[in-house]
Amino acid sequence: MVSIDQYLVLSAILFSIGTFGVLTRKNAIVIFMCIELMLNAVNLTFIALSNHLGNMDGQVFVFFIMTVAAAEAAVGLALIIAFYRNRDSIAVDDFNLLKW
Amino acid sequence: MYDYLWLIPLLPLIGALINGLLGKRFIKSEKAIGGIATGFMLLSFLLSCKYFFQMLGSEAKVFEQSIGSWISVGQLQVNWEFLLDPLSALMIMVVTGVGTLIHLYSIGYMHGEVGFYRYFSYLNLFCFAMLMLVLGGNALVMFIGWEGVGLCSYLLIGYYMEKKSAGDAAKKAFVVNRVGDFGFLLGLLTLFWTLGSEHGVWTLNFVKISENAHLLGTGSIVVTVITLCFFLGATGKSAQLPLYTWLPDAMEGPTPVSALIHAATMVTAGVYMIGRMSGLFAMAPTTMMVIAIIGAATAVFAATIGFAQNDIKRVLAYSTVSQLGYMFLAMGVGAFTGGIFHLMTHAFFKACLFLGSGSVIHGMHHGYHHAHLDDDAQDMRNMGGLRKKMPITFWTFMLATLAISGFPLLSGFFSKDEILWWTFASTHGSWMLWVAGFLAAGMTAFYMFRAVSMTFFGEQRTDARAKDHIPESPWMITLPLVILAGLAVVGGLVGIPEVLGGSNAIHHYFQPVFGQASETYHIAIKEAFEGNHGLEWALMISSVLIGFTGIGLALFMYIKRPDLPGKFTAKFSGLHKAVFNKWYVDELYDFLFVNPTKRCGLFLWKGFDVCIVDGVVNGVGRVTTLVSSGLRYTQTGMTQHYAMWMVIGVVMMVGFYIFG
Repeated sequence: MVSIDQYLVLSAILFSIGTFGVLTRKNAIVIFMCIELMLNAVNLTFIALSNHLGNMDGQVFVFFIMTVAAAEAAVGLALIIAFYRNRDSIAVDDFNLLKW
Repeated sequence: MYDYLWLIPLLPLIGALINGLLGKRFIKSEKAIGGIATGFMLLSFLLSCKYFFQMLGSEAKVFEQSIGSWISVGQLQVNWEFLLDPLSALMIMVVTGVGTLIHLYSIGYMHGEVGFYRYFSYLNLFCFAMLMLVLGGNALVMFIGWEGVGLCSYLLIGYYMEKKSAGDAAKKAFVVNRVGDFGFLLGLLTLFWTLGSEHGVWTLNFVKISENAHLLGTGSIVVTVITLCFFLGATGKSAQLPLYTWLPDAMEGPTPVSALIHAATMVTAGVYMIGRMSGLFAMAPTTMMVIAIIGAATAVFAATIGFAQNDIKRVLAYSTVSQLGYMFLAMGVGAFTGGIFHLMTHAFFKACLFLGSGSVIHGMHHGYHHAHLDDDAQDMRNMGGLRKKMPITFWTFMLATLAISGFPLLSGFFSKDEILWWTFASTHGSWMLWVAGFLAAGMTAFYMFRAVSMTFFGEQRTDARAKDHIPESPWMITLPLVILAGLAVVGGLVGIPEVLGGSNAIHHYFQPVFGQASETYHIAIKEAFEGNHGLEWALMISSVLIGFTGIGLALFMYIKRPDLPGKFTAKFSGLHKAVFNKWYVDELYDFLFVNPTKRCGLFLWKGFDVCIVDGVVNGVGRVTTLVSSGLRYTQTGMTQHYAMWMVIGVVMMVGFYIFG
């Protein structure tokens, strides 16, 4: 059997990769994909712990997260389309009017 | 018995409020304003008379009246209380009597002035404060009056607001008074604290202080310190060395003000205070000696300055300082009765002199106004020969001058001789002090007759265009002059000493007030001299002789040979310059106190307030701006940077949670 540690470490690695992507990538859609990656990493953590602790709560919560992720993706894509209409670009570097 | 005692100070206060609040817009007529003010003073005087005669007829001589509680904090229980005894009864008669006359005089004198209502409001306010001072039953009520008269003095000296010299003189008076008040307050606090903490008597009430003063120990350091502090207050209020410099400058105020405040009432507050606390002062022979020495020194010193002044009011001002020196000399050698007696006679003749000089100035102004000149109406070098033009003024002035010079049988003669006798012969006196007083008497006669000669006799030196237009003053001015001159003549008859066949009524009158302290502390004529009528006669005759010498010399130098003064001045020009410039005391004080204080103030303003305080406050602003101008670069507008800060924050929180 694979021990719980390995699942958690995998989840942490996935989360870090996602965070790194959010902070570093320029393309807005790629940033959203990385956000999805972070959410899924969290899902993995919940499932692993649910199995480990024998408690169904984790798995139920995963459903919630997946719902939220879906809704968020929809809204996010709408946002990106609005951005593109204003600025002809979806590189987040270009959205810096609120700078000092 | 004396149920309406509280009304005596209150009536002038009501007059002050009415005139002050309503005078400018509602009661515009001069007669009404003057009438209201004088009317309230007259009522106060009538009430004072009633109580005075009631007291003369009754057995009990001390009456206290408490209106209500004022301060009630722990051990400090102070009431609004008044004390009527022979001393305060005499004082209220003098204050309200002379005050009423001066109010009447002012209606004529201040005719046409712009701030007429303001003048009478302040004058009534002053009388209120003075009456609180003399009727006060405890030291704090007296202090209200003490401060109040200082305030009103400031307001009235600076009455001619637009003149810078008047404003400066008013400030000087107030500040110098303040130094004295500091002494008074120190004495008061020390007395309260020592009597209370060491002897359990927590009081500021005068009757209780007199009863318990002996607890402090005769001649002890505590008593000496307390009385010296009180005396410092007296030197400020009564213009003695070293705090006399404000009085000559105070002549900037209107002449009736000089008469009331700086001759008859406010400046006598110091003398009254010593009389009121005679029980305390009697216990401190050191202080008594200091008082006597300073009094004698002031008497001589001020008289020398009076020799060379040309402004008639300045001569009278220095004369006042000198006569106050006599009063303090009296109090210092234990002649409490003599001091208060001289206070009373001085009030009469000095007020008469000041009002008389006011009448002269009033006439001179009239002349100059007529001729469209603006020569100095107060300079005696512009006067001369006025006795034909202003006969009533001349005769009253002459009588008052004779009184101050100690002419036999006039009031000044009796009071001054009482003082000089005690100075020589009392257990606390000394022949050296007597010599000083003797010389001062001669000098007084000289400079006063110099003033009379320069003003009323000789050639009329006034400008030709004005000299025929100097009228006698109206009845409102001359009536008070006549009354006061009359009092200056007969006022001494209450104190005819036994050596001349009198009963010394005033001494018996004051027996309930001063008798006990004098007995307990052996303040009396030395046994060797007691009853030595020959000695008394000798002293009396010598002081009369020196008075006549002074008079004769002045008349000779200023009427018969008017060229002499000029020659004298030329020969002793250095001395004359020093005396004319008041011995440069003002310049000395400027150097020692005024300029350093100004520089200190300048430093505290420019150096401390502007640089440090403003620097700190502005600096806070500048630091905030600097920090924020550094921090604003974090707001790049890029979402990813904000997201990074959030991640860092979360990592730190988790880190603290796990490792902290």
